[in-house]
Amino acid sequence: MFDNLSQRLQVSLNRLRGAGRLTQDNIGEALREVRMALLEADVALPVVKAFVDQVRTKATGQEVVRSLTPGQAVIKIVNDELVTLLGATNDRLNLAVRPPAVILMAGLQGSGKTTTVVKLGHLLQEREKKTVAVVSTDVYRPAAMEQLRRLSASVGLSCVSGQPDEQPVEIARTAVDQAKRSLVDVVIIDTAGRLHIDNEMMDEIKALHAAVDPVETLFVADSVTGQDAVNTAKAFNDVLSLTGVILTKTDGDARGGAALSIRHITGKPIKFLGTGEKPDALEPFYPDRIASRILGMGDVLSIIEQAQRTTDQDKARKLAKKLTKGKGFDLEDFRDQLLQMENMGGIASMLERLPGMGAVPENVRGQLNDNQFKRLVAIINSMTPEERRFPAIIRGSRKRRIARGSGTQVQEVNRLLKQFTQMQKMMKRAGKGGFKRMLQGMQGGLHGKPF
Amino acid sequence: MTLTSKTTATGETKPQGLLARLRNTLGATRQSLTQGLADLLLDKRVLDEDLLEELETQLLTADVGVDATQNLIADITGKLARKELSDGPAIYAQLRQSILEIVQPCARPLLIPGDAGPFVIMIVGVNGVGKTTTIGKLAQRLLSSGLQVMIAAADTFRAAAIEQLQTWGARAGVPVIAQHTGADAAAVAHDAMNAARARKVDVLIVDTAGRQHTNVGLMDELTKIKRVVNKLDPQAPHEVLMILDAVTGQNALSQLEHFRRAVGVTGLCTTKLDGTAKGGILIALAQKTGLPIRYIGVGETIEDLVEFNAEDFVDAIIPEPE
Ligand SMILES: Nc1nc2c(ncn2[C@@H]2O[C@H](COP(=O)(O)OP(=O)(O)OP(=O)(O)O)[C@@H](O)[C@H]2O)c(=O)[nH]1
Ligand SMILES: Nc1nc2c(ncn2[C@@H]2O[C@H](COP(=O)(O)OP(=O)(O)O)[C@@H](O)[C@H]2O)c(=O)[nH]1
Ligand SMILES: [Mg+2]
Ligand SMILES: [Mg+2]
Repeated sequence: MFDNLSQRLQVSLNRLRGAGRLTQDNIGEALREVRMALLEADVALPVVKAFVDQVRTKATGQEVVRSLTPGQAVIKIVNDELVTLLGATNDRLNLAVRPPAVILMAGLQGSGKTTTVVKLGHLLQEREKKTVAVVSTDVYRPAAMEQLRRLSASVGLSCVSGQPDEQPVEIARTAVDQAKRSLVDVVIIDTAGRLHIDNEMMDEIKALHAAVDPVETLFVADSVTGQDAVNTAKAFNDVLSLTGVILTKTDGDARGGAALSIRHITGKPIKFLGTGEKPDALEPFYPDRIASRILGMGDVLSIIEQAQRTTDQDKARKLAKKLTKGKGFDLEDFRDQLLQMENMGGIASMLERLPGMGAVPENVRGQLNDNQFKRLVAIINSMTPEERRFPAIIRGSRKRRIARGSGTQVQEVNRLLKQFTQMQKMMKRAGKGGFKRMLQGMQGGLHGKPF
Repeated sequence: MTLTSKTTATGETKPQGLLARLRNTLGATRQSLTQGLADLLLDKRVLDEDLLEELETQLLTADVGVDATQNLIADITGKLARKELSDGPAIYAQLRQSILEIVQPCARPLLIPGDAGPFVIMIVGVNGVGKTTTIGKLAQRLLSSGLQVMIAAADTFRAAAIEQLQTWGARAGVPVIAQHTGADAAAVAHDAMNAARARKVDVLIVDTAGRQHTNVGLMDELTKIKRVVNKLDPQAPHEVLMILDAVTGQNALSQLEHFRRAVGVTGLCTTKLDGTAKGGILIALAQKTGLPIRYIGVGETIEDLVEFNAEDFVDAIIPEPE
């Protein structure tokens, strides 16, 4: 997982140095590495092949500008191409029809449809001030209707109740009629999860689609999906002519290659990302972020943004500013980060999304992974403000005092200081100019070890 | 604490026999042998780039992953050179054999001694993989093998998770120990342990909320559930079964690594193999961990759980040529 593209490419790309022009020969090896990285990120094989061919065509014959090494030039083409293929930023939902605008959700079992129905309803109600009704047509999964009822109640969404012994098409039709009468702006229809090869169930959703004539038909897909993404997305798109895609569970550490597979095979825009289980965990889709995630380039921007939303805004802004200025990341910041981690999907998930993490030794990452952070916070709490700002002054007697004060061992204090130094270096690199600098830094990383 | 009494199974949706389902599934995979590969095999050609690439394609598109695929290809080319075999079918057979050698040792069914009192199975996994459904199927399976089964509803987080599990409990005819949404999951497990002992049941299956393996707080909560169970019986949980969705790609490696670290996974179960996903990541998992693969899920009805069979699995990934 940490074996990311940038690392893998370093070796083969360095050989390209000095070449003035990209040729079939000198990019071959680099493209093989790109192919590998994409496969490891779960991009489907046919899509990988098409993508690599496209990049090869684009790259061959290109002049390498002076400021870039040929290796960087290839990466830039790969990244640009990926961003382009992933589609536009932040697509909105199309609601420009005579109300009610009907949104139909579709997807495999367990992909996150029901949760996403509520997230979308919540968003439309809160941000766009729409009146929204949701309805479940899942008469199969035990307590599916109850799940939607409870979730929507938790955010004050109105939920039209069907009965498990009714026909899904009838439930949907009734809900839309009712919405028409009561002047509701948007109706979101939840459906049962189904396999794309289950003809009976695919016929059912086809009939449902025909009956309610949705303005948006959204395919909800799990971001951990592997190679099968092309098969399922194609089948759903053939039957329903989708209007968009929502990628869920991106709060995990999946590389998300399915985004490219689905986009490639359906041509439909990815509109949102699911980033957690709670109803407000829905974010717009930014192609550059997903691209860097697929390539393993990390995602500082989205971490900072997430921090802004889930935590103290001022602190997050201060930190972001500090980071971009490359100023010191001190132990107070570290403590703030630790305290905020829990809301943000945990320390591991955050670290794994930062660029350069591949270079942090496995054992250090392993330590950070555990529930050590409460102890870490205790240690930092036992320091003086001066010590937090200038950790370099923490020597023997200070260490013993801090360990005693926090009920820990001197070794633990040492470990924390070491971890902090790692973090500090990483933050500095990450902050200095994000993705572009990281790319340029790749070459440098070869000579002096980055950490 | 509420206690759902044994009720008769409510109507199953979409009843379809297990055999029929399996046959359908097999039929679907048979067809998946790519035309290119079939041609190459008929050709009885020497091991050349084309055939290797086709085999690689077959593996990669089954989610076997880059590393495991490269290992497999290296393995067969190595072995075949020695045996001086160069015809297509032999290469093909060797590939099947190589995969079998990896997964066969993992085909170890879950054995439940009658006197564990109770044998505790803790079910874990990321969101939406099929944990609760698998519990329903497993309960039915164990019950029909003559064991007394009880279920603990320790997913107290997801909306209507308890009701969902209670329905499965009723279908299987097994009591479900539950509190309410938002209750402390470890406390539910604790109650259930006591109830299981008091009623002298043979097996207690503990459902847990789906969670991202990268979420430290939630993984700690899982560790706590395990600790509570373990406090009441130092042998328990006897099995920590991680459920994996067959569509999952390479992220399964990270999932397993994290769950292992948090709760010490002792067995695997892959669901949704009735779709077109092959679950090839199991090869990588088997190669890396050697953990037993207990069951596979092949549908949404209570019958749709079968013991993992290595040969069948290889057939699905690399179908036997007709
Ligand atoms: N086709 C198919 N569907 C399955 C299988 N196992 C589970 N499902 C479906 O997958 C969906 C999710 O299943 P659940 O059992 O609720 O999954 P879970 O892991 O308990 O989910 P959370 O508790 O929400 O994390 C449901 O729609 C199930 O019917 C299987 O083997 N095949
Ligand atoms: N971590 C995380 N979990 C999610 C997300 N979206 C849905 N889930 C969870 O995934 C599981 C299945 O979701 P659900 O909406 O019931 O899926 P459905 O079967 O497609 O309707 C539930 O446990 C949800 O809480 C997400 O973006 N992140
Ligand atoms: Mg649902
Ligand atoms: Mg569940």
